Amino acid sequence: MSYFAFLAEHGTTLLLGTVTTIKVLVCSTILYVIISMIFGLMRLSKNPAIQGIATVYIEFFRGTSLLVQLFWVYYVLPFFGLSLEAFVAGVVALGMNFGAYGAEIVRAGIIAVPKGQWEAAHALNFSPAKRIKRIIIPQIFPIILPPAANLTVELLKATALVALVTVVDLTFEAKQINSITWLSAQCFGTALLIYYIMARFALVPFLRWLEVLAARKVGR
Amino acid sequence: MEMGFRWDFAYEILPQMLWATLNTIIAAGVGYAIALVVGLFFLLGQRTPSKIVNVINREIVEFIRSTPLLIQLFFVYFVLPQFGIKLSAWLCGMITIGLHFGTYLSEVYRGALEGVSKTQWEACRALNFSTVYTYRRIVLPQAFPIAIPGMGNYLVGIFKDTPLLSTIGVAELFHAATAVGGYNYRYLEPYTMVGIIFLTLSIPAAMWVRNLEKKVNVAQGKLKQ
Repeated sequence: MSYFAFLAEHGTTLLLGTVTTIKVLVCSTILYVIISMIFGLMRLSKNPAIQGIATVYIEFFRGTSLLVQLFWVYYVLPFFGLSLEAFVAGVVALGMNFGAYGAEIVRAGIIAVPKGQWEAAHALNFSPAKRIKRIIIPQIFPIILPPAANLTVELLKATALVALVTVVDLTFEAKQINSITWLSAQCFGTALLIYYIMARFALVPFLRWLEVLAARKVGR
Repeated sequence: MEMGFRWDFAYEILPQMLWATLNTIIAAGVGYAIALVVGLFFLLGQRTPSKIVNVINREIVEFIRSTPLLIQLFFVYFVLPQFGIKLSAWLCGMITIGLHFGTYLSEVYRGALEGVSKTQWEACRALNFSTVYTYRRIVLPQAFPIAIPGMGNYLVGIFKDTPLLSTIGVAELFHAATAVGGYNYRYLEPYTMVGIIFLTLSIPAAMWVRNLEKKVNVAQGKLKQ
């Protein structure tokens, strides 16, 4: 069977899987960004209890394997009476895992804003909320976006794991087609290509555009 | 079925899990060793004066880096036999991990080499040292400490990615946990124990890497004691 015949027969299935992969990526990106901000700020708290919780969370999720966390959420949580749908379990595990990595990026970003900026905002009698919103956050983005972009590309790659908890994504479809047709080179090769195109020609340019935008906002 | 954590069951499967942990450590070690060497090859490809080699090298590295390790594993495991190359799951796993992380390590090496100041090269040229001698006695001793933290991070990274090997049937820790869980129809204890074993191994390792990083920075004068 030629490659084009393969594409004609299984192309739509793979594309449908790709749509699911994108859905997983978008949902888990939103979740991980929120988690990173919360835990990144908690990590800088002066209250030792809050800081301790954040440290434990980050060390726990960075210290264990994503696959183990994923299986734990999907197969073990039902023992405690919490059954999640495969898609939700995948997004939750991905979001919580990458949130731990992201929190460290956020923390480093906040530390990197010069102290004088805080002091100047203080001296100008800005309220704490305004200080964060108008002075600190706009300066944080150009610092944290490059490492966050790397992390997001890693996240795209990591979404392949949700196939192992029966989310019907690109990897799952490729595996399925492989087990029916045994055209391994075609189906896994196509899947690799689709991931590559998504990362190199869609996700990375988009993230670079965001970086430029953020840098321009602070006049760089 | 009994709810909650059953300690007796956990105790019963503990020896089995610990044996499997040994396999995980071996897999991570062997994979890392291969990755270290593969990284050198990618580094060579990047630093050869030939433009074509550079571009091809760059594209290969980009491709491997932006596709999921899981599908790469499947690709190697399922496609190679079609070309008559029959490898065991272990070997496939080690090759794939070596290739995947080799691309990351080549970046670590590159960063380290670029971290050595250019004036060092110029001084060696002025002293009429040969290129080999310059690398061996001047550049590498200075580049190596810079590379250590990055290299350590990827050792921990490989260790945490070894559970993926279970998907092609390598009998490491996660594979053992799934097998035990399936046999007894209890996943709570095996998976929880896997998590705990990973934590007890990777947190000290990560702390050790962080410590090294600090030491390197101090030695280079970037950080005060």
